[in-house]
Amino acid sequence: MRIIVCIKQVPATNEVKIDPKTGTLIREGIESIINPFDLFALEEGLRLKEAHGGCVFVLSMGPLQARISLKEAMAMGADTAVLLSDRAFAGSDTLATSYTLAAGIKKLGGADIILCGKQSTDGETGQVGPGIAAQLDIPHITCVTKIIKVDHAKKRIVVEREVEEGYEEILTTLPVLLTVEKEINRPRFLTVKGIMRAKKTGVVVWTASDLEIDPSRIGLSGSPTEIVKVFSLPRQKRGIIFSGTPEEQVETLVSKLKEAGYLF
Amino acid sequence: MSKEKEKCALCFKKEDYHGVWVFAEQHNGTISEVVYELLGVGRRLADQLKEKLGAVLIGFNIKKQAQRLIQYGADDVYVVDIEDAARFLEEDYAEVIVKLVEEYKPAVFLFGATALGKSLAPRVASRLQTGLTADCTSLEVDPEEKVLIQTKPAFGSDVMVSIVCRNKRPQMATVRPGVMKKVEMCAARRGNIIENNHIPPLKLRSQVLNFSRKQTEVQLEQAEVVVAVGRGLGKVENLKLIKELAGALGAAIGATRAVVDAGWISYQHQIGQTGKTVAPKIYIACGISGAIQHLVGMQSSEVIIAINKDPEAPIFDYATYGIVGDLMEVVPLLIKRIKTIKNLS
Repeated sequence: MRIIVCIKQVPATNEVKIDPKTGTLIREGIESIINPFDLFALEEGLRLKEAHGGCVFVLSMGPLQARISLKEAMAMGADTAVLLSDRAFAGSDTLATSYTLAAGIKKLGGADIILCGKQSTDGETGQVGPGIAAQLDIPHITCVTKIIKVDHAKKRIVVEREVEEGYEEILTTLPVLLTVEKEINRPRFLTVKGIMRAKKTGVVVWTASDLEIDPSRIGLSGSPTEIVKVFSLPRQKRGIIFSGTPEEQVETLVSKLKEAGYLF
Repeated sequence: MSKEKEKCALCFKKEDYHGVWVFAEQHNGTISEVVYELLGVGRRLADQLKEKLGAVLIGFNIKKQAQRLIQYGADDVYVVDIEDAARFLEEDYAEVIVKLVEEYKPAVFLFGATALGKSLAPRVASRLQTGLTADCTSLEVDPEEKVLIQTKPAFGSDVMVSIVCRNKRPQMATVRPGVMKKVEMCAARRGNIIENNHIPPLKLRSQVLNFSRKQTEVQLEQAEVVVAVGRGLGKVENLKLIKELAGALGAAIGATRAVVDAGWISYQHQIGQTGKTVAPKIYIACGISGAIQHLVGMQSSEVIIAINKDPEAPIFDYATYGIVGDLMEVVPLLIKRIKTIKNLS
């Protein structure tokens, strides 16, 4: 079975600390990591390979430094890593990203199952997975919490996905693109053996000219959305900050709430 | 025919696109609550543009719901009422919607950021090769350019970004449930129902085999009182105290993303940009600094009470009442005081 896992390199936001004096984020020295949601996709891909055989490709688009994340994915067990990297890809929004990654997937020869994280921790849109599936004209299922059954011969798969009210068990056809929830598994750790192997194997880098793409659909020119304004919301105190001992403050709060008819 | 239409993508003229559309998500014949909110914001946008508001209603035995969409603000309801639609999933919805867009050419198209909407909207946008902005907190029309200004909090910082989609149509956006206000229902409103049951053959490659309902202890969106925790909680063990406070108040428990990411509480409790949007009567923010991503999910609460040891925390700018102090000291006092009152009454 051919499995392609799409990953994104993101800033390691979980390590962002709040400055206790100013209450602001400390941004210095933030490193890059694999988007945490993508680790669940990768783990699921590796488990599928262990259960059904085949190979796991890991695919990313980004600057050359994203090779570090791809190597990490190989150290976890991915067989082949491909990075789509070109200045022409810079400034891509989710549409151009989906288009470019879909072109990478085609060049890889397609897959039975394409896995993505639910969303990235930086963009947080969750739009690229469904966008890729649309470009490839294959079904997609988001928020997958369990892969229940894969029938490679009959090209069918049953998965469970989370929606607002509960869980849906969905039957669909292969090839398929799945985006996974973090409940789906617990990603494995890197092994020394894996790290050594990743060091030896290296990451394949493809530029725009390696892909069959329409230049008007990549990077900035292929991105219909445009940021026109960045601004802060005005800070204005709208309420009352109490003073006194904790006991006094709690007392004031309770009486204010009672006065306003909010308590009991 | 479809080949011709594909070619027409090349002769795309944005001037051909008019009106505001919303996707009228429904499950088993019941329109999702977020649709009325989309109609609310869509109505305002359509009026500003001096154009019509349309709703796209797809399902089986669904036609009777169209009138309701009109009563809530739609001028035109595009109905696809066919048996197959009872089993539609994203791919099938997307194919039908793409055809409708190609035929009627709306300038703006809004989806609820529900499980279905968040999955369907990017598929539609990708097929139409147009822009899509996720989780908008404000939508406005630029009076001169007539483009849709889509505003949302930026990643990991306290700033907002405004995004436009200048050269492609429709301009697409998703909006989280609870963010926009619905308009009052008006039973006398009149509108057009446009039936489109001649849809192209569909692949119908996916189907739901089974559905199991969640055990929901958390009824965050409906709760009158919400006690929410942030990183200031310190450690997971301290959650016990918060649960006690919530118990005393009959409140639901909410949390910031940091707390959910730390694994202290499940995602179902998350409030904010990538979680739920709530507007309870009382919101008690315990150890929450007030990152904008959290604020957008709770700032419409009637009374916001902030307890935080950092007097400079942004949450105090939004709080009706603020207590500067240590959570572990203040919360037990509050619990005690509430319990006393309850016993007396």
